[in-house]
Amino acid sequence: MNALTAVLNRAGLLTPQQREHWEMAWLSTVDHKRIGILYMVTGLVFFVVGGVEALLIRLQLAGPNNTFLHPDTYNMLFTMHGTTMIFLVAMPVLFGLANYIVPLQIGARDMAFPRLNAFSFWLVPFGGILLHFSFLAGGAPAVGWFAYAPLSEMPYSSQLGVDYWALALLVLGIGSVGTSINLLVTVLSRRAPHMTLRRLPLFTWMIFVNSFLVIVALPVLNAALVMLLADRRLGTHFFLPSGGGSAIMWQHIFWAFGHPEVYIVALPAFGILSEIIPVFSRKPIFGYEFVAGSTVAIAFLSLLVWAHHMFTVGLGHTVDLFFVASSLLIAIPTGVKVLAWSATMVGGRIKLNTPMLFCVAALVQFLVAGLTGVSHAVAALDWQTKNSYFLVAHFHFVFVGLIVFAILGAVHYWFPKFSGRMLSERLGKWTFWLMTIGFNLTFVIQHFLGLAGMPRRVYTYPDLPGWGWMNLLSTVGAFVMGVAALVLVWNLSRSLLRGKPAGDNPWQAWTLEWATTSPPPHENFQTLPPIRSRRPLWDDANPDRPDPVVGAQWKAETHLPEKNQASILAFMVSETGFFGVLILAYLYYNAVPPPGSNAHDLNVLKTGLFSLCLFASSATLWRSEVSERRGRPRALAAWLTATIVLGGIFLVGQGMEYWDLFRRGVSVNSNLFSATFFTLTGFHGLHVCVGLIALLVVLGLRIGRGAKPGHSPALRTVGLYWHFVDAVWVVVFSVVYLRPLIQ
Amino acid sequence: MTSILPSSGALFATILKVLSPGSPQARSIFNLGVETSVILAAIFAIVAGIIVYALMRFRWREGEPDPHQTAGNTKIEIVWTVIPCLIVVALFALTARTMASADPPSVGAPDVIVTGHQWWWEVRYPGAGVVTANEIHIPVGRPISVQLRSADVLHEFWVPELARKITAVPGHPNHIWIEADKPGAYLGVCSEFCGTQHAWMHFLVIAESAAEFAAWQQAQLHPALRPAERVAAKGLALFEQTSCVSCHAIKGTAARANVGPDLTHFASRRQLGAGIVDNTPQNLRRWLADPQQVKPGAKMPDFKFTDEQLTQLVAYFETLQ
Repeated sequence: MNALTAVLNRAGLLTPQQREHWEMAWLSTVDHKRIGILYMVTGLVFFVVGGVEALLIRLQLAGPNNTFLHPDTYNMLFTMHGTTMIFLVAMPVLFGLANYIVPLQIGARDMAFPRLNAFSFWLVPFGGILLHFSFLAGGAPAVGWFAYAPLSEMPYSSQLGVDYWALALLVLGIGSVGTSINLLVTVLSRRAPHMTLRRLPLFTWMIFVNSFLVIVALPVLNAALVMLLADRRLGTHFFLPSGGGSAIMWQHIFWAFGHPEVYIVALPAFGILSEIIPVFSRKPIFGYEFVAGSTVAIAFLSLLVWAHHMFTVGLGHTVDLFFVASSLLIAIPTGVKVLAWSATMVGGRIKLNTPMLFCVAALVQFLVAGLTGVSHAVAALDWQTKNSYFLVAHFHFVFVGLIVFAILGAVHYWFPKFSGRMLSERLGKWTFWLMTIGFNLTFVIQHFLGLAGMPRRVYTYPDLPGWGWMNLLSTVGAFVMGVAALVLVWNLSRSLLRGKPAGDNPWQAWTLEWATTSPPPHENFQTLPPIRSRRPLWDDANPDRPDPVVGAQWKAETHLPEKNQASILAFMVSETGFFGVLILAYLYYNAVPPPGSNAHDLNVLKTGLFSLCLFASSATLWRSEVSERRGRPRALAAWLTATIVLGGIFLVGQGMEYWDLFRRGVSVNSNLFSATFFTLTGFHGLHVCVGLIALLVVLGLRIGRGAKPGHSPALRTVGLYWHFVDAVWVVVFSVVYLRPLIQ
Repeated sequence: MTSILPSSGALFATILKVLSPGSPQARSIFNLGVETSVILAAIFAIVAGIIVYALMRFRWREGEPDPHQTAGNTKIEIVWTVIPCLIVVALFALTARTMASADPPSVGAPDVIVTGHQWWWEVRYPGAGVVTANEIHIPVGRPISVQLRSADVLHEFWVPELARKITAVPGHPNHIWIEADKPGAYLGVCSEFCGTQHAWMHFLVIAESAAEFAAWQQAQLHPALRPAERVAAKGLALFEQTSCVSCHAIKGTAARANVGPDLTHFASRRQLGAGIVDNTPQNLRRWLADPQQVKPGAKMPDFKFTDEQLTQLVAYFETLQ
């Protein structure tokens, strides 16, 4: 361990006091820079795991009729490869970059919630270990990263793999939402004076937009996972046609998350390109407003295109055509971006350092990926190329060709900031060329394999004309990429020890992260340069020709949003996504009442009375907020107590209702009504419990302070949450209890 | 070496099956592919051209000052937002047209019902009453209406030369038309991941003249004959005594189950194990000796037959023409 301490010392990553206990300094850190690095290192570790899985897959496919791997082993490997690369590599690394860079780019000291940040990070290794533990618990999942029902259901996958997969994804999903709320609130509430939203660097802007997408999309996956786990462990039939469920429903929910997910990992990559290409072209981005605006358009449209993953499922031409249209539309803002990056280079002075090389390759490869993507949006062509190696080639052009290349560009660009040392340009160029050649060798040929009729996810294939040599070439390419990864790791470790000192701003870049030392001190900045445009350091270095001032002047009395309330609002958006899916599932499965018990068996009057208690609790809570503003602590405590009692009565009512149903033999696995009813009302009840605990804490703090008036900031925040829980119940009550009365 | 360096004509015909359509439906998709490719290739040439031009023309040289700081040009930006909009509208219209011609709605009862099982295809001709597996015989030049079903998980029906692919969804029957211009055997695969042996869920679409098709259908309707030959007769007895009958059906015997493929005309089929090996007596013997050796994970267990029993069973199955 001494050697490692020495490395960290020499790289300047430890303060003198921390040298004694460097492990604890990192394990217990709440500093956004260290958490960022922890995220990226974790991503790198899992990148090795996922990469080895990919190489094993390619070895098995190197020749026809190969028997190197058992089919089940192969199926586990491609499931784990996909899951690992998306959830344990792409997302953590991009979150890590965002964690490190965003606070610096906006001139902040840290993230808005440093402890939440550490918590979100530690969920990644925990989720990763949980997922991989399945190997020891009877076998990893072998159902694909998309876990299509009914294959992922108990009758067809009885081992624990799918359960570990679902639990791990829930853990990772919660961490992702936590990080994204944090990033969102950081951008909103932690900007330095004069850093208006219109002056944000594009990387930060895209992370900001991306955070919305994570907050909306991940809870949809969480809801799907909850239903899948209920099917597997509680015997419900959400996605099992044998019990009246719908296999297609899983696909709808999964891709309602899954397609935004593609953009969740692509938007940060767009952000990276938008930072690096201008710096190395020595020119500002061409059309900042269009690039920023198109990001919002992409994020919005990405929520409306999910069924282009389902053109072969048989939804009917009308539905297919809607998704053809929405999917083609997304090509417009994406095309605007590609053209903007290209135009940025025109008329510049292009420096082809390693970061720029990776970004130019990413740009060209993304152009290919985008165009083959358009061919998939054209449903009639997708009918031929979907689920073939053409599709495998297409999305690897997105995930590797764009995203991995952009990440490699970012690592080479920001490594000097992280470590204070330059990476070797010579080794960097080796990594680049090996990676580019290996990548294109692996995946260009796969387009043709798809056109030859080779389906994806097959562990072997017959010796048909052309299939053998095309697959062999692809395997060779994969190993060339493996060598590139080794060169990268060698470059990273060598430069950490012996790299040339970087200085504050080795690339003469223009955003604020380059206005501090490399690595930055704990508090990030001693002083900030004046911020009048999107490129403060350009203005600083070129006083004779500064950028035009962007937007209105910052007023001294400008108040940034309060972070606690902003975070709870973001959390509410995310919860809306979760409950939205559960409510839609309820409506879908109960559109025609299923055989057996149904909503008509519920006691509307009784539940209505208990619901009134819950609604009344919103009013009492509002009174306690009013008392707080008027500085009357006793009234505050009294109204708060009333709120808690009313909430408690509601829970007792729900308990009685459940008890009554159980006594009549209605439990969660009785039929689709009971399954949807108990999951929807049960999760709502759980939220009421959490709200009650939070209110009790607020009350306890208030009582602890005695008669002293004073501000209780948690009240507003918890209050918002409580009102939200009540509002959800208004919808649930209408849908579950009142709807049958109208029908 | 021929398979390594094929001529360009052979490349399309024998390798890139998606690009050698053999039916009107597949051809209309192919034509859309050509139109789309032209548009996309033009876009690629223009954008890649701009990038290459920039890389060649605008390189940084030591000592030169930073260039003119152009931050955009609203006119250009509007133009390159509007042009893609027009392309999108054109592509949408082309798609809608092709979807209608490549995948017309079904009319009346299906000619064939294909049901996906883990990991084989059941093929029924409800009109004639023929039941077979992993082989779909069709008369040439006539559109055949196919209903897709699944007995367990999702599967996907894909014959690249003949038609679009479509998923077999349990509880949600789907429909496609298949047709072949010329006689021949067209390879089909399962293209939706369906578990352990997803890779070996191939099938053949065998297109033949109307007369040949009628003759085939006639032959398939006959129940299996009780073999006269002694070894084969012992094979049948063994088949009826063991648990073979709890999964398989052979018309004319006691076996009527529908879990595994119907074996009434087993010997007339070209392949075994949904495409994993050719249907020869040697391969059949290997299969019966231990199906798990030939197709690991297949639902058929290893019965541990003796050599003598294997000989009897193979002799019997070879009579099932």
